Amino acid sequence: MLSIKNLHANVDGKEILKGINLEIKTGEVHAIMGPNGSGKSTLANVLTGNKSYEVTNGTVLFEGKDLLDMDPETRAREGLFLAFQYPIEIPGISNATFLKTALNEIRKYNNLAELTPKEFLDRIKDKAKVLGLDDTLISRAVNVGFSGGEKKRNEIFQMLMLEPKFVLLDETDSGLDIDALRIVSNGVNIYRNPNNAFLVVTHYQRLLNYIQPDFVHVLSKGRIIKSGGKELALELEEKGYDWIKTKEFETEKV
Amino acid sequence: MSNIEHKSANEWYVSRFRTFEDKLNGQSKSFLHDIRKNALVNLAELSFPTNRNEEWKYTNVTPILKQNFIPAMISTFPKIKKEEIKQFLFKDFDYHLIVFVNGLFAEELSTIGNLPKGVIVGGLNRVTKNNPDSISKYINNLSKIDNAFNALNTAYSYDGLVVIVPEGMILEKPIQVLFLNTSKDDLVLSVPRNLIIAGKNSQVSVITNYRGYGNKTYFSNIITEVYVEENAIVDFYKIQNENDESFHIEKVQAIQKKNSVFNHYNINFGGAIVRNDINTLHDDQNIETHYYGLYLAHGKQHVDNHTFIDHAKPNCMSNELYKGILDDNSRGVFNGKIIVRKDAQKTNAYQQNKTILLSKTATIDTKPQLEIFADDVKCSHGATVGHLDDTSEFYIRSRGVPQELAKSMLIRAFANDVIDTIKIEPLKEQLNHMIFEHLHRVEIENKV
Repeated sequence: MLSIKNLHANVDGKEILKGINLEIKTGEVHAIMGPNGSGKSTLANVLTGNKSYEVTNGTVLFEGKDLLDMDPETRAREGLFLAFQYPIEIPGISNATFLKTALNEIRKYNNLAELTPKEFLDRIKDKAKVLGLDDTLISRAVNVGFSGGEKKRNEIFQMLMLEPKFVLLDETDSGLDIDALRIVSNGVNIYRNPNNAFLVVTHYQRLLNYIQPDFVHVLSKGRIIKSGGKELALELEEKGYDWIKTKEFETEKV
Repeated sequence: MSNIEHKSANEWYVSRFRTFEDKLNGQSKSFLHDIRKNALVNLAELSFPTNRNEEWKYTNVTPILKQNFIPAMISTFPKIKKEEIKQFLFKDFDYHLIVFVNGLFAEELSTIGNLPKGVIVGGLNRVTKNNPDSISKYINNLSKIDNAFNALNTAYSYDGLVVIVPEGMILEKPIQVLFLNTSKDDLVLSVPRNLIIAGKNSQVSVITNYRGYGNKTYFSNIITEVYVEENAIVDFYKIQNENDESFHIEKVQAIQKKNSVFNHYNINFGGAIVRNDINTLHDDQNIETHYYGLYLAHGKQHVDNHTFIDHAKPNCMSNELYKGILDDNSRGVFNGKIIVRKDAQKTNAYQQNKTILLSKTATIDTKPQLEIFADDVKCSHGATVGHLDDTSEFYIRSRGVPQELAKSMLIRAFANDVIDTIKIEPLKEQLNHMIFEHLHRVEIENKV
């Protein structure tokens, strides 16, 4: 589904990603772990098309199409979704307006008819229930007055509403208490199926107790330095990142 | 900028007075006519403001003075039919409707409806004839003539909005006032002279709605006096949308008595040159004043808002929020003056001005002007100028929303702080609609 080859990217002229290679197949959940500053969020932003990040080399194919050539809205319509680390507040625009606009743009692109108001409302009710969200949420302005946890939950709500093929979760666990973490993870697990794929970016192993990855990659200084199964996450939790860095360093020396 | 042009403007307007006077018939014996004649003397003597005047530093009125406008009373202009005004009215709520065409009361277009006993809503000319005592002590008592524009309005004052709400009366429905401005062969000068008197313990909501009809040049030069008596609450809305060729100048002068509340909402959609002076004097204690402003301009429009709150007495508060969205080559000016006088201890005064520029060529001159002479006060002010936020735009686009629509959402989000303070719910959505129409941008309709 997603094929990243030798991806390099700069932020403010400084190289942050230094050659990422990653293959994600349909039905898979990949986790990217790494210390602060390793480039995790940069990877998520580059894949989603944030203009503040400059791609200097490499290719990314999404279902065979050149992802880097698309603007952010086209990537979304193709089925990419980023759950933001810091969701934005939009006063004066209700969640309903926002989601309806987004959903209809995506459907139009894919030659699907717009949802009727009833279909739209039914979908909202269904998805809100999954996350234990109050129906009144839909008439509230997007993320305005939401706590950190509510904002994260709203990101997952948007994911459920828009039904993307490929989901990036950027530090979705940060700022969540254990109950919220459980609810959010539950939303992801319900949505997870053989036809979609996830890339979970996280600093801590905690989230991966709830969203079990098929593969874990360790990112350090802009490169994936180690890949493995979900047991790698546990190992990292136990020994910290230094263990890997040292080992990597030794490997390089050899 | 030459003095010759300015001089000739004074001469032109003075020279039209005789014809105007002949049109007054019996009205030339009223107290109002003495006011007019005194103002005519001022009109001959006072100069129109130039950029050398600090208060008019950023607004050049030469384009207004270059044209010889003819006062509405002695000019000809198209007659307006009832079905033509519908497009300009705010709808979906109950209101008393009073309509002025080029500043003159249009009874046939108005639907004032039933008013509670003692309430007066009408045209100044009619009220001067029928109830002179109700206004003679008030009119021209607050507003001082301090430049030739004020003198011009006062010398030709004839009609305008009069609202009188007696003691203890709460007017349930708002008063919607349509000032429709239009010109055809003559360049029309419209000089509404407005007076609002809210008696003790009374409450009233007035929506003044200044609209341009057609694309010919006209000039609206307005003075509005507002008396907010003890314990009274006045919500005063001004929505101004002249055509792009036309000029609009209004001076609002309000006075507030003990425990009163004055809320002024000022929504500007511009014109060729628009200038608002909004002045409030606190004449007693425990007074509250709120100024909310939103100015939008495109093309070559010029919108200047000068606000002033005179904290003359202790224990009062004022809160001001002015926001602007400027596109193309438009220009905005904001000057927020607050004086806290020596006696005005325990004053709370807050002011904020925020502008976003949608193009590289739009400009804003913003100046807070706080003069504080008391020592036990809380005052703050802030002014920011910026662009639409890239990160927010990215967030919205990452959901599949196209860039232009994402920008519209952010514009609406920016305007929301001001729009949301409006108390009449249907007015909010209609103003949002006007915002997008005005900025020629894709509209976001907020519905489920």
